[in-house]
Amino acid sequence: MDDMYREVIIEHYKNPSYRGKLDPHDISFADNNPLCGDHIQIDLRVDDSGNVADARFDGHGCAISQASADLLVESIIGKPLEEVKKLNKDSILEMLGIELGPVRLKCALLSLKVLKAGVYGLGEASDELVE
Amino acid sequence: MALNVLALRKDFPILERETRAGVRVTYLDSTATSQKPLAVIEAMNDFYRQSNANIHRGVHTLAEEATALYEDARGKIAKFINAASARQIIYTRNTTESINLVAYSWARANLKAGDLVVLTEMEHHSNLVPWHMLAAERGIELDFIPVTMDGLLDLDAYRALLKRTPKLVAFTQMSNVLGTVNPAAEIIRMAHEAGAVTLVDAAQSVPHLKVDVQELDADFLAFSAHKMCGPTGIGALYGKAELLESMPPFLGGGDMIKEVHLRSFRPNTLPHKFEAGTPAIAEAVGFGAAVDYLSAIGMDNIAAHEHEITEYALERLEEIPGVKVFGPPARHKGGVAAFTLEGVHPHDVAQILDKDGIAIRAGHHCAQPLHEKFGIQSTSRASFYLYNTKAEVDLLVNGIYKVKEVFA
Repeated sequence: MDDMYREVIIEHYKNPSYRGKLDPHDISFADNNPLCGDHIQIDLRVDDSGNVADARFDGHGCAISQASADLLVESIIGKPLEEVKKLNKDSILEMLGIELGPVRLKCALLSLKVLKAGVYGLGEASDELVE
Repeated sequence: MALNVLALRKDFPILERETRAGVRVTYLDSTATSQKPLAVIEAMNDFYRQSNANIHRGVHTLAEEATALYEDARGKIAKFINAASARQIIYTRNTTESINLVAYSWARANLKAGDLVVLTEMEHHSNLVPWHMLAAERGIELDFIPVTMDGLLDLDAYRALLKRTPKLVAFTQMSNVLGTVNPAAEIIRMAHEAGAVTLVDAAQSVPHLKVDVQELDADFLAFSAHKMCGPTGIGALYGKAELLESMPPFLGGGDMIKEVHLRSFRPNTLPHKFEAGTPAIAEAVGFGAAVDYLSAIGMDNIAAHEHEITEYALERLEEIPGVKVFGPPARHKGGVAAFTLEGVHPHDVAQILDKDGIAIRAGHHCAQPLHEKFGIQSTSRASFYLYNTKAEVDLLVNGIYKVKEVFA
């Protein structure tokens, strides 16, 4: 548990670098975690060669959900969308650098589900997107 | 009579459990589900070791014994809430299924498009969604008794709603978030004067307060065993006999029938009319043992103990800078303290407390509209039962200070 609230997570939670909205944007998607009411929106701008030109997240929730959203957005700026599509559960856990039980895993993965649902143009951020 | 809490804690083996080496569990989540005393665990264990058989049909010794145990438990439950007769106690899976039984059977037979059902803003999802579903299917209308900012029902607004002659008033006797104990007898009396039938969600009240269905004059009253020291998987619906008699069956199958032909059936009498298929037999036995356990201690003693703990907890929590407790003052409240801690999400509060073995709940507690009303997404909730102590409240308070340090 001590690990779960590593300084990097508290830091990204309290002082996120990529919180906000992008207007205009090419992709925007939002969803909730129904268990805890965490909410994440992610906006993307994509350049002509299919790379993420800029990205922001907005929403509310626990330290794990918000810090993982900030870390995720930071990691995808400049990356090709094709690479974003390949991100999964392990990519997020690697960024956070902690182990999580099944309940908190949902908090950590909400931002990736939202991101991938947006990139694929889906109506819903489902669990299968991050397996 | 003051409870000997330290002695009765020995009845609950799980309270000795360590959640990590050297850290004993501090269980402050009884509103979600209570812990179970040995008397209940052993009653169910004995049933499976000694008496297990299917009920009602068999003529062999085990079947007769199982049937007697299952029906004895029903009698104990009826007595516990002072129902006039055991046939007015329908076994269900839980409070939610009890409410759904009323929504599917009574409401679908009695309500039509445009009829009004009055609920409250402090309902748990189990007393909202069945009515949303009925509204979508039948076009019934829903309206809500508002909750004041201090967590009480606005009875003047209720009076105004009654002028629209609702067919049903369905409300919680005790809020699972605010802890508010609603004036159920008064709400029911007013509903009856307006010609409405009443349904009481008693999931939180029956485990913690003395509930007398005849004194309340409740038409329907729903509760679960697992929140009152009993097992999961079983609950009850109490109903006035004439209402239950007049209602069509809910689920069809074995045991709920008097006779079945290829193209027709005749339903059984009460309470069996509503109990299709093999029920939760061992759980019913456990439910009866739970009622025995609580009765021996005395519901008034339990309520007095919880009041003392709650008063102390509210006082201690409100001393902590950044903590805001929701709901009315202790005199209107059961053993629930839902709070927010400034700058820290409830999930993080619960997670950090868990390190010290402290079990609280975080989220919207299946009462999302109520949280919306107070402009918050979620709360942390500590709740208290007969086995909790002031020392455990102190552990909670110390734990919250540790959370503040992590997020400082």
